[in-house]
Amino acid sequence: MSDPRADRTPRGPSARDIVGRFRRPLRVDWQQLIIYIGFVAVFTFFAITLHDKGFLQQNNLLNIVRQTATISVMAVAMTFVLSAAEIDLSVGAVAGLASVTTAMGIESFGLVGGIAAGLATGIVVGVVNGLLTTKVGIPSFLVTLAMLGIARGTAMFISDTAAVPILDEGYNSTFGSGDIGPIPTLLIWTLVVGTIGHVALRKTRFGREVLATGGNQTAALYSGVDVKKIQMRVLAISALAAALAGMLYAGRLHSGRFQLGEGDELSVIAAAVLGGTLLFGGKGTVIGSIVGALMIGLINNGLILMGLEFNLQLIAKGVIILLAVAAAKPNRD
Amino acid sequence: MTGSNGALVAVRMIGIEKAFGGVRALKGVSLEVRPGEIHALVGENGAGKSTVLKVLRGVYRPDDGEVEIFGERVKEFTPQEARDLGVSMIFQELSLISTMTIAENVFLDREPKTAIGFIDDREAERLTRELCDELGIRLDPRTVVGTLSTGHRQLIEIVKALSQHARVLILDEPTSALTTSETDALFTLLRHLADQGVAVIYVSHRLDEVRDIAQRVTVLRDGANVITGEMAVIGPEGVVRAIVGRDVSAFERVERSAPPPGLKPILEAEDLAGERLPVDVSFTLYPGEILGIGGLMGSGRTELARVLAGVDAKRSGTMRLDGKAVDFRFPGDAVEAGIALIPEDRVSQGLVLDHSIVTNISLPILRRLTRRGLIDDEAALRVVTRLVDQLQIKTTSPQELVRRLSGGNQQKVVLSKWLAADPRVLVLDEPTAGVDIGSKAEIIALIRELADANKAIIVVSSELPEMLALSDRILVMANGRITREVSGAEISGWIGRYDTIEAARTYAEEQLTLAIQGVSQL
Repeated sequence: MSDPRADRTPRGPSARDIVGRFRRPLRVDWQQLIIYIGFVAVFTFFAITLHDKGFLQQNNLLNIVRQTATISVMAVAMTFVLSAAEIDLSVGAVAGLASVTTAMGIESFGLVGGIAAGLATGIVVGVVNGLLTTKVGIPSFLVTLAMLGIARGTAMFISDTAAVPILDEGYNSTFGSGDIGPIPTLLIWTLVVGTIGHVALRKTRFGREVLATGGNQTAALYSGVDVKKIQMRVLAISALAAALAGMLYAGRLHSGRFQLGEGDELSVIAAAVLGGTLLFGGKGTVIGSIVGALMIGLINNGLILMGLEFNLQLIAKGVIILLAVAAAKPNRD
Repeated sequence: MTGSNGALVAVRMIGIEKAFGGVRALKGVSLEVRPGEIHALVGENGAGKSTVLKVLRGVYRPDDGEVEIFGERVKEFTPQEARDLGVSMIFQELSLISTMTIAENVFLDREPKTAIGFIDDREAERLTRELCDELGIRLDPRTVVGTLSTGHRQLIEIVKALSQHARVLILDEPTSALTTSETDALFTLLRHLADQGVAVIYVSHRLDEVRDIAQRVTVLRDGANVITGEMAVIGPEGVVRAIVGRDVSAFERVERSAPPPGLKPILEAEDLAGERLPVDVSFTLYPGEILGIGGLMGSGRTELARVLAGVDAKRSGTMRLDGKAVDFRFPGDAVEAGIALIPEDRVSQGLVLDHSIVTNISLPILRRLTRRGLIDDEAALRVVTRLVDQLQIKTTSPQELVRRLSGGNQQKVVLSKWLAADPRVLVLDEPTAGVDIGSKAEIIALIRELADANKAIIVVSSELPEMLALSDRILVMANGRITREVSGAEISGWIGRYDTIEAARTYAEEQLTLAIQGVSQL
């Protein structure tokens, strides 16, 4: 490659020519890497310090995956929401509501009715969030903050604040506590949702338009992107993912309860931001969000094994998240 | 105030030099403003007006030269020092807080206090009312600023400056958002202030205003003084000549063949009106034609571009594309139909700065790049690499973030976006604003190439050399309406009237300026 311009072809250069012609900047993107480095560091730290407490045992590791599956699923959708410069604070409450509607649906109409009720809950909430944000013009922060209360209240009201048991073993196994061979179904759910999310964000027109909308809404609009439709869709997807997460909670705990998912909105947003998704739009990574969710699960698990009290766990978790986000903060010139 | 002392000069700037990264923005500029005079500072975009004012306001430290304000030598060149010496600028982007009252705004951060240290609103209101009365402004100091008109806000802005004992008042295009009666009120106030010994520096592109308000004028061109003198002596024509007479070799006019007879227009507007602007605009555009739209700021030229591209809704009238009536709900509809807008402000409207060149350019063509639901990244890279080559965008890689490119290269990325999308009608709003002269010439050549490839082009521009070089026809707008159409023959006539290119261009620019100003021809 002595003369990089020598091999130009009239029909335009091939991808290989391009790599040759442009010296790729060897700039390492620390922002992107920090979450993975942090994940490995935390994991190694616990592996050494908590070795005798069974941290590395297969069952403990699978438990981490089981416990974080719901956060992971919601964090995948939150990646789209944040990338489009919107936010969804109602995910935890919607998960709780969907767990109740699913359980009640199964009770009254059987398995199919329950699943339909859970998904319908997500669709209805998503459409309401989306319409209020795009048509009425209320910022999604306020819309979903209000929806948090509405969804939680509705869940309490229809369940009379009592847990609704799910007796359908098929449901519980598929959506929660089951395994396929050695693999927990919850891990499979995480992988399926993660793969779809990753491909959709990286490789489809929708994903690119989401990032463009979040990066510069005006420029996206002028480029022909229907930004309202994009905003509507990300909020709908988020609510639908929250409903799925609620169904996973219900399957794991064999019941629907209004308390499920309480406070999850913060874990979900923290997971996405930890993973390298910008809180203000334009940049997002689904894989990062899942690793972020796993990291939060990992920290929870390790702190419990260390025998820290719940109050200390909360403090430690907060500090670690702050440190990670500070390390991943973009440095603008 | 020391304004009564006739020997004293309010502002004296001598031999000001300022370079940015090797480019000399100011080449020994001098400016002298007397107390009690309204002094106009004029010149084209990029002539150095705003740099001079930034030196005066202490935003920039000059590389060389001296600045004196009322006889006091400026040493630090900090905004604080300039303020202390009594220099105050009234911004176009008004610096008032709209949720606060007039009095609260005027005394923001230096509120009068009561004996025990609380803010004394009554005293602030009294002092504000005094100032307003003195200046003949009849407004209640307790009015919330957000409820005032733009014109009134501007007056309050001036009140605020005066309450801080401003002796030198700078106004930059103060009337661009004002109605005629508001402009009159502003002028009355400025004359009143001048009578009291305040020195007013008035920057404007509107020569009729300059003629009405200024006693003296200083013209800058390419970072140097051209002329300074009494407005009445130089006259508007003299000012225009001083503004435009410069080397414009980058802007040679190329005669293009007229559309063949019988060619169907691609775009027809009939009594097209927007929410506020434009007002009942009608024109036709042919494939392969470059149509220039000229006019002052606020004439409705940008608004027309926005309505055409579906950014703003049209209120009435019809728009036909290929003879079929079209109605755009949002820009996506226009893009779909084949009309693209390259907006005025590339940073806030044209680009996602933190995305790569590839991502930016491929945004409007994602549909075309999608194979079986997934984006073909290799195809995108091929398209973009070809454009990077063709437009000579200087970058290390197509994956480079747009933020890291220079202004000219950023503008080329915006253009590439629409070259890739291949629209049939391209509307460009200020396509060369803020780019260096070399990139300007390249962009002009590129626009011509596009028209040669049978695209219909609309160029909205305030840069006359560019308009004269490019346009097959020019529509002149004022107050939202088309007031005049300048034909290609007419432009050629202007240019053909003189033997030397230099004189011809100068004459043509004078003529176009006069057309835009609405002054009858010389």
